[in-house]
Amino acid sequence: MSAEQGSGSRIVSWTGRFRERSLKALPPEKLLPETQPSYVASWIYVFGMGSIAALGYVIVSGCVLALNGPAWYHVSAFGHFINSTHLWSVELFFMFMVIHLWGKFWMASWRGGRALTWITGVLAFVVSIVTAFTGYLLQTNFDSEWIAFQAKDALNAVGVGAWFNVANLGQILMWHIVLLPLAVGAVVVLHVLLVRAHGVVPPLEAAETDSQLRNLQLRDAAGTLETGEGDLS
Amino acid sequence: MTTISRRRTAGPERPDRRGKDLDRGPWRGTVREYDLIKELVYALVVVGLLTVGLAAVVGSPDDAPVTLQQWATTAPSDFVATATAELGGTSDTAQYGPPYNSTQGASQTLGPIDLQSLSGVRLPIDTAQDFVVGPLETLPQPPAGLAVWNAASDTQRTDWTAAYSDALSKAPDGDPAKVAAGNYGPVPGLDSALLVMAQKGALEGALDGGTAAGLDRTKTVLFLGDGTYFPGLADSQHLTGDQWGMMNETGNYPGQSWLWLFSFWYQIPPFNSLANADLVIVGIMVLLTLALMFLPFIPGLRSIPRLIPIHRLIWRDYYRRR
Repeated sequence: MSAEQGSGSRIVSWTGRFRERSLKALPPEKLLPETQPSYVASWIYVFGMGSIAALGYVIVSGCVLALNGPAWYHVSAFGHFINSTHLWSVELFFMFMVIHLWGKFWMASWRGGRALTWITGVLAFVVSIVTAFTGYLLQTNFDSEWIAFQAKDALNAVGVGAWFNVANLGQILMWHIVLLPLAVGAVVVLHVLLVRAHGVVPPLEAAETDSQLRNLQLRDAAGTLETGEGDLS
Repeated sequence: MTTISRRRTAGPERPDRRGKDLDRGPWRGTVREYDLIKELVYALVVVGLLTVGLAAVVGSPDDAPVTLQQWATTAPSDFVATATAELGGTSDTAQYGPPYNSTQGASQTLGPIDLQSLSGVRLPIDTAQDFVVGPLETLPQPPAGLAVWNAASDTQRTDWTAAYSDALSKAPDGDPAKVAAGNYGPVPGLDSALLVMAQKGALEGALDGGTAAGLDRTKTVLFLGDGTYFPGLADSQHLTGDQWGMMNETGNYPGQSWLWLFSFWYQIPPFNSLANADLVIVGIMVLLTLALMFLPFIPGLRSIPRLIPIHRLIWRDYYRRR
């Protein structure tokens, strides 16, 4: 990386170096490209974006519920409707995420230095499961009451029951609306940035003799011959 | 740089090597227009319509929670039997081990691994004191039997509660009014006072909130779970562990279906009869999750997508135009 600014002065600040490194790893045209490789042509690709859209509705509906408290939906028809949108956006979020995950598995999408992208994707799935679980504990109804009684055993068995006390509404509320959303948000953002940085993985068995690559190579070579560049000897 | 010159100087390349180069570097082949922002907006519209539609048409469940008052009113015999077990220290909670108490040998272990004990007794619960005696002491006029109970030795208390539990189990329908005469000390009187207290709706606050509104319902939930009424209601809704209850929801609503694999182990032998099933199953799920997470580094597993060519469907357009 060049540590020179456009004016010729050397970048010495941490901020400047961070900016330069960030722009090198993820320049704007890579972050928000207007094209994708020709092989990005399947319905399976929409489920990643579908997951993000569903997560958006989870967050928005969750914010409305948070403004009114966990017991609001018991006494308000509108509150119950918002609670229902929260539930269904969560269900859709998981459905899309599972399809996305399976799709990426069959594409072996960890290839080409994309292992961390895969790992953050799985991590997002796991943290989302824990977050959803705490949401089910906050229903303040019979279901949450029973889940609290039943789920304590697994948590106590691994020694975390005191810090993740499923019968303590206050503690679980903090997990659900503060700690875990922060974790989900951070992991999802990292995952998306990694996807953009590395690009979409090419098809298995793709080769440079494929027409989608060969045509451009021939054009590339033709351009080289015209300009006299390249070593064809 | 030209592709041709690079390939000449590098010599003949193996197909897998070329594939790895293609995987790693930026794509240099044909491209197509792909508007990410438009895709996001379309996704928001479609998911929004689905969410609002499902919320409006299907809604969400909301069965009222079970209260101690409801339990004491609907199933007083079960309530009294449970209160007796709490007094005698024979209930599930009384013998649970960490984090509620230090009952020897109660924690789930796997060989030398005892994570449950490692956390220590961090939510101490003395069921006799916390579930029965303590709440009764908050009454304006505590039952006279409390003084007798407090003055008795541990052995005497154990004898009284054991005898009364036995008598209740033999009484028709477990009805305290039909218990045979015996030496039960102050236990029937304490149970009866607690039953009345619960029926009046005063016990919940005494257990978990005191005079302040409480957010921690640990004692109420544990007390409810020690009886048979509350688990019976869950059983009728297919919510217990052996009914895939971990992923079920009340009514016909979808629950946490993503917990299907976690729930699966509780349905099959030998796991469904293990004393340390929770510890073993959590361990299995942790290992499986780590395997999924680090799948790119696991030989064999990472090759499955090459061996089962579902990718041929996903990229069929690309392969057709090779």
